[in-house]
Amino acid sequence: MTYIIEGSTGPWEIVVGLEVHCQVVSNSKLFSGASTKFGNDANSNVSLVDAAMPGMLPVINAECVRQAVKTGLGLKAQINKESVFSRKNYFYADLPQGYQISQFDKPIVGKGTIILDMPDGTTKSVGIERLHLEQDAGKSMHDQDPKYSHIDLNRSGVALMEIVSDPDIRHPEEAGAYLTKLRAIVRYLGTCDGNMNEGSMRCDANVSVRRPGEPFGTRCEIKNVNSIRFVMQAIEIEAKRQVEVLESGGEIIQQTRLFDQRLGETRAMRSKEMAHDYRYFPDPDLLPLVFDDAFIAEIEKTLPELPDEKKARFINENGLSAYDAGVLVAEKEKADYYEIVAKGRDGKLAANWVITNLFGALNKAEVGIAESPVTAENLGKLIDLISNDTISGRIAKDVFEIMIETGGDPEKIVEEKGLKQITDTGAIETAIDEVIAANPDKVQEIRDGKDRMLGWFVGQVMKSTGGKANPGMVNKMLRDKILG
Amino acid sequence: MTDLTKLTLAEARDGLAKGDYTSVELTQAHLKSMEAHRNLNAYITETPDKAIEMAKVSDAKRAKGDAGNMEGLPIAVKDLFCTEGVQTTAASHILEGFKPEYESTVTSKLFDNGAVMLGKANLDEFAMGSANTSSYYGNVINPWKGKDGKNLVPGGSSGGSAAAVAGGMALAATGTDTGGSIRQPASYCGIVGLKPTYGRCSRWGVVAFASSLDQAGPMTKTVRDAAIMLGSMAGHDAKDSTSAPMAVPDFEAALTGDIRGMKIGIPKEYRVDGMPEEISKLWENGVAMLRDAGAEVVDVTLPHTKYALGTYYIVAPAEASSNLARYDGLRYGQRVMDEGDSLDDMYSKSRAAGFGKEVQRRIMIGTYVLSAGYYDAYYNKALKVRRRIYEDFANAFGKVDAILAPTAPSAAFAIGENEDDPVKMYLNDVFTVPASLAGLPGLSLPAGLSSEGLPLGLQLIGKPFDEETVLRVGGVLESAANFTAKPFGQEG
Repeated sequence: MTYIIEGSTGPWEIVVGLEVHCQVVSNSKLFSGASTKFGNDANSNVSLVDAAMPGMLPVINAECVRQAVKTGLGLKAQINKESVFSRKNYFYADLPQGYQISQFDKPIVGKGTIILDMPDGTTKSVGIERLHLEQDAGKSMHDQDPKYSHIDLNRSGVALMEIVSDPDIRHPEEAGAYLTKLRAIVRYLGTCDGNMNEGSMRCDANVSVRRPGEPFGTRCEIKNVNSIRFVMQAIEIEAKRQVEVLESGGEIIQQTRLFDQRLGETRAMRSKEMAHDYRYFPDPDLLPLVFDDAFIAEIEKTLPELPDEKKARFINENGLSAYDAGVLVAEKEKADYYEIVAKGRDGKLAANWVITNLFGALNKAEVGIAESPVTAENLGKLIDLISNDTISGRIAKDVFEIMIETGGDPEKIVEEKGLKQITDTGAIETAIDEVIAANPDKVQEIRDGKDRMLGWFVGQVMKSTGGKANPGMVNKMLRDKILG
Repeated sequence: MTDLTKLTLAEARDGLAKGDYTSVELTQAHLKSMEAHRNLNAYITETPDKAIEMAKVSDAKRAKGDAGNMEGLPIAVKDLFCTEGVQTTAASHILEGFKPEYESTVTSKLFDNGAVMLGKANLDEFAMGSANTSSYYGNVINPWKGKDGKNLVPGGSSGGSAAAVAGGMALAATGTDTGGSIRQPASYCGIVGLKPTYGRCSRWGVVAFASSLDQAGPMTKTVRDAAIMLGSMAGHDAKDSTSAPMAVPDFEAALTGDIRGMKIGIPKEYRVDGMPEEISKLWENGVAMLRDAGAEVVDVTLPHTKYALGTYYIVAPAEASSNLARYDGLRYGQRVMDEGDSLDDMYSKSRAAGFGKEVQRRIMIGTYVLSAGYYDAYYNKALKVRRRIYEDFANAFGKVDAILAPTAPSAAFAIGENEDDPVKMYLNDVFTVPASLAGLPGLSLPAGLSSEGLPLGLQLIGKPFDEETVLRVGGVLESAANFTAKPFGQEG
């Protein structure tokens, strides 16, 4: 997929790399025993370590290490059996220690890959440069007091995985697909809940532009964008800004920028000259993080089937198109739902019902798969009712409408509403005879070779049976009676 | 009745066991002595009520036959150890009034073993200093006096601890050693000071100076006392990732008095230019004593010794600059802020008012050596040299069981001396810093007097986690040196 900005002086290509902070799913923080529970009262999840009391020391939480290794394995990345925690030094009110414990030159996870599923069904591979573990900061609250800012340290010390991509992204949509896929992977793995609106997944985008084929231009970093849609917008807007600057003879200054979604612009936060000197150095309170192959193997055993593997299986075993398979595996809950529906049934038919009918209805109602009024079991039953000729496909759509509204069982709906398909030849014959008797002229037209009038007869019979007659049988019997 | 403040820890332990006196009596005697010697400023905070209370509890415990290794023994705690409910200052204005809600692991262990806390001993601010002159709460005066009667420094940074023990204001004291802060004041005050192997004692709850170097240890009147007290301080602590998961040996049992056949190394690089004659003489005497006791004395080489001080004064300030970032005026301690100030204003004002000159100097040195563009030239190079220094020792310990060297290049000096020249002050650590950088155990014990009649210490450096050999050799050296001199007013 190509994305070219046509400037007044010629075409420009965009180059994007993403840094994503994923909050690790764990009961306690990276270096303390305090709870990570979201939404507790301010400053209730704070240990002496998190508040940086004098003499307090960090102790690594093994569960967070496992989660990082698991994520690394999910990204098909190199796992570094020895990594080092370093201190990133800066002063801020929400950083009690005066430094963030992070990983600098020796991260726990090295190079990996993410396969993007593009909307047109194609795929693209984006490199992962590294994944490292680090502490989150606390939260500043500026709206609690007219004069002072308040600080909530509940988040202070919570484990984050910072996942850095290579600058392989060339299209805003690829950035969206990257985030969607990364989120799917961490959710499948259960290592991050991926909720961008709660801040448990946050994205910084490094954006530059260049003439196609030329070396990378100077980049700007857009900080802390909190939805996939905004990331795509921010990249588009920032790239346009850079093109405008360059085409008017200006220069791109390496800087950190903020995206203002309300005004649809990016604004400079601080330039490289004003950038912090973080004075990284190995944290002397912590030994190098070392584990062996057995530790990795133990984690590897717990890996679930990941989206790429699931997609391949849906294509190969269920006969789905790459696009349909991609849609289904995008969220684990969707894939799980589909698998229940498809179990013991026609995979393609199940996919059609799930994607076209269910997802369509859910989108319209703006609810997620988890809130679906139609359970996977009931949707399966509905498909069975079609397959065993209990109802027609058209009636099935009506039944589905009722299911979406009431969440009811399709068998009961069909029963109660008397929607069972008429397969009794006698009943159908009676209906056909009535229509034929009432329309002798039209019968003659068919006999004279006007075949398409047959469809009109089918419609009349269906109408007179309230749509319940088996349309195949109606068609065949009409043909036999009129032309036979 | 004997003067209870003149007892050694071991004597007091045995006296308590025999019922010669109670912990309350022992504690009261020391509280009285503290009062009498307040002019020495050995304590920042005295805790007489807590001391008596702890002594009472201890006597009751003993009556039930439930006595710990330090049962009823009154000690001073360096004010770098966080003590629950008792002001902990690190001798800094910035922590004035700070009362921790937790007890450091080392003091917890000591108290669990029955020790009684007399108070919080003075020190150099954040343990940064070699003379105990950088304390916000005033300098400590050495109980020893030279011939001219001038007030002398007790050494540092554990100057209050050393003065308290030397002056009969505590049976023993906790110290911490980052580059010599236990051993050098022990030498200046004529007492025994043991810096254990890095990782032997937990750092949890000890206000951090330089995390990769800081180590708590005992400061006592005798080698045996050091062995007893270390046993109650040491041990693995899951709350300190750098604490060694090793069993604690019976250190006192190591004092067999027999060092026959042991090999003691003499590092030629410690014969520095301009070493005072009396220090060389002291060292030679030590060699002779060990030889007489049946040890084999051999020359060893520690070729990177000359880089140790420079390395130390990069590594320690670098870590300190980061460790001290938490004192920002926000959550505890001093806050200085005027109407309308920004967050940065508050940081600047609080830290400028809260930290003394020496601490500020080291924060700036540390910030500089970690800065972009200087990191490789300073900090990274220092780490490499540190590795070499460690290897020097490892090579030497392939041949010898322990190393003998002076503790400090001089006896205690007058208060005010060396204050104008920080580098000269830093030179006091020249013999103690290498073992710190290598994480090795080092013991200082008084082995002679200077021409001024002041104590001079010899230092034994051991293999990692081999405090037992250091103590055993130290015990022999102590007997041979027969150091009986006492500070003015403490004689007889």
